[in-house]
Amino acid sequence: MPEFERFSYDVLVIGAGGAGLRAAIEAAAAGVKVGVVCKSLLGKAHTVMAEGGVAAALANVDDRDNWRVHFADTMRGGQYLNNWRMAELHAKEAPECVHELEAWGALFDRTEDGRILQRNFGGHRYPRLAHVGDRTGLEMIRTLQDHGIHSGMEVHMECTVLTLLLDSGRIAGACGYDREKGRFYLWQAKAVVLATGGIGRAFKVTSNSWEYTGDGHALAYHAGAELKDMEFVQFHPTGMVWPISVRGILVTEGVRGEGGVLRNKEGRRFMFDEIPDLYKEQTADNEEEGWRYTQGDKNARRPPELLTRDHVARCINREVKAGRGTPHGGVFLDIAWIKERMPKSEEHIKRKLPSMYHQFKQLADLDITKEPMEVGPTTHYMMGGVSVDGDSQMSTVPGLFAAGEVAAGLHGANRLGGNSLSDLLVFGRRAGRFAAEFAKSNSAGAIDEAQLQATANASLAPFDRGPAGENPYQIQYELQESMQDLVGIVRTESEMQRALEIVGHLSARAERAGVAGHRQYNNGWHTAMDLANLLNVSEAITRAALLRTESRGAQFREDFPNKDAEWGKYNIIVKRGAYGEMQVERRPLEPLPAELKAVIEEMK
Amino acid sequence: MATQAMFRIWRGDAAGGQFKDFVTPVEEGMVVLDAVHRIQAQQAPDLAVRWNCKAGKCGSCSAEINGMPKLMCMTRLSNLNLDMPVILEPMHTFPVIRDLVTDVSWNFRVKKTIKKFRPRTPDAPDGTWRMQQADVERVQEFRKCIECFLCQDVCHVLREHHKQEEFIGPRFLVHVAALEMHPLDTEDRVTDLRRKHNIGYCNITTCCRQVCPESITITENAIIPLKERVVDRFFDPLKQLFHII
Repeated sequence: MPEFERFSYDVLVIGAGGAGLRAAIEAAAAGVKVGVVCKSLLGKAHTVMAEGGVAAALANVDDRDNWRVHFADTMRGGQYLNNWRMAELHAKEAPECVHELEAWGALFDRTEDGRILQRNFGGHRYPRLAHVGDRTGLEMIRTLQDHGIHSGMEVHMECTVLTLLLDSGRIAGACGYDREKGRFYLWQAKAVVLATGGIGRAFKVTSNSWEYTGDGHALAYHAGAELKDMEFVQFHPTGMVWPISVRGILVTEGVRGEGGVLRNKEGRRFMFDEIPDLYKEQTADNEEEGWRYTQGDKNARRPPELLTRDHVARCINREVKAGRGTPHGGVFLDIAWIKERMPKSEEHIKRKLPSMYHQFKQLADLDITKEPMEVGPTTHYMMGGVSVDGDSQMSTVPGLFAAGEVAAGLHGANRLGGNSLSDLLVFGRRAGRFAAEFAKSNSAGAIDEAQLQATANASLAPFDRGPAGENPYQIQYELQESMQDLVGIVRTESEMQRALEIVGHLSARAERAGVAGHRQYNNGWHTAMDLANLLNVSEAITRAALLRTESRGAQFREDFPNKDAEWGKYNIIVKRGAYGEMQVERRPLEPLPAELKAVIEEMK
Repeated sequence: MATQAMFRIWRGDAAGGQFKDFVTPVEEGMVVLDAVHRIQAQQAPDLAVRWNCKAGKCGSCSAEINGMPKLMCMTRLSNLNLDMPVILEPMHTFPVIRDLVTDVSWNFRVKKTIKKFRPRTPDAPDGTWRMQQADVERVQEFRKCIECFLCQDVCHVLREHHKQEEFIGPRFLVHVAALEMHPLDTEDRVTDLRRKHNIGYCNITTCCRQVCPESITITENAIIPLKERVVDRFFDPLKQLFHII
């Protein structure tokens, strides 16, 4: 019988990216005992990859900005499927969350008068992104980490959660294993905060690291929580396309914010060719005006390169499919051209985009101050996730909270750049606060020992099958290929039906996965364990995308290429049925209060 | 470029181990981590390797490549001599867990011993501060650190003399420098630097600076200014004279 190391907490936070750390800090500050479980070492979570900045209406650069504009921008970007309460709280609380980071030691770039500098980004009306060059995420996670380690939280590094434990429908804890030795752990907890990030590893071309296997989505789903908006997967328009081994690695939107332009192989700035009606009023119709906007001219409108990510990604896709792409199947992103407009442009680029300069120089042998980059869409962010209460972040399972990318609602059908770093601060903080409150007013639930043993035994089954079983890496690879080809940027019913069949076959094969060796730091075993989650979220994405027979935000259906006003009234909910089958249904949006409706109208 | 290459990878655990050779196909643009992944997927599924972002931003995949401490994700095969086997070993300074993975938990314990950031009272009535870009930039260099611990790996005090219980190593001297030079910080860590963190053990061989993948000027910009602060406080002959009088 497998042994468990046992720990007991008031609040258990699963995940130590920005949202998890922010939640843990808040819960610890509320005076409860906090445990943090993270899949990697502390400070390595995917938040470090965030580059461009954190969106907050500080109005340091343009005093016309305020929470109402940020709210309206977020709702417009999300095509009005957002949880309006989350969009409202996010816009109102983001500025104080950014200031809080500064009080904990974060050092953002400054304005002339010494305040936090803000930059332009896609879909944001005014310069709104507080940033540190192009390594904002690193600055944030390090600030939270260095503050957090002194707050009393206990951190379990390199541990993976296998299942959430319930007691009469309420959360009671979680169990899992550590990578170092393969030991099993039980973390008993009165409240659990999921902060596990996204699902990018379900696709072949992704900016996400190995960790992003939809763990939190799948854990919540199996615990009986509802998932929402699973059809909306964001493909970031600019990932590296060459060399092949770095395909998918992110190229920050900040490049375009600083004046970078997109061109096809004929040299044409194709983004001017199609500007959506929703954004016509706000978008420059000539190159001159676009350039002035990036250089801070308040009277200029933004260049079309800074339209929302879904739109830019589709335009790039269109150029490549029409044969106007670059040699390696992308388009050109050119920041070097600004030398025509400013003296010492090389230094300027290196100062504003240091890690992009470094990344291309080292991985692609290319100097971005002299030559254009080749870029193409990459799977980047999951708008969908655990359906939560807008104020408390609690899911439909009592005591189970979710914050950051794993939670749904704030971004609706499409996320604006910069809104994820603010999301994880605002809602990490809220989840931590409300989880602590929940823990204080509830006693610990009972642990089902039989379930513990069953979970451990099931997880060891791949060793019994040994290397003769199915190769987990191969199954993961085939899933990624299929999701990329069949449920990617452009979707259609027949392809998605095929994807469902494939997911079914792969699930059966995953049940027969076998691994060699023993439990100590065995990457093959870890991959086998992650497969079930990946297959789960892949099915949820596909089923939700099939049900939504329209194109909106990040979802583009070739067979339903237009937006359908009727579909604009619904979210799609995914949940586990009584017999373990996946149920998908549409649910009417919460009606928007009159005062928020007025804000949206005013900003149109 | 060659179409295949041999990788001589150390395999084992705390009890011991040995090098094992793997031949795998290689293509233009590949980095060492790609080759390791390929070997893992096709030949050695239980090969242990730690990695995350694969873009030089998280500092997880530190190892010794042909004897040099490097990030596997940022080391291109085209910069290595593929006529010879590429030798991959775990970092030597830290205890091995398995294969290329080491136990770096000591670093996380050390960080907790450093006094945390303590800002001055806010400058503006709204609770915010004012700082100049030039003042911020000096510290931003230190805050680029991705905590890959390659500088710790190569530091003689830790690698050869095993002074882990007494000396915090270059990574955390950079961390202290970032705090001490932070425009808002009011904490005093100079006494700790001398007595608790033993900055005096560092004899500025600059090995740490040479392996830093973020090109932080560790020795000159972080450690030497901190040593100067210690000297100013404890070894200033005039001050000592006044002290005696």
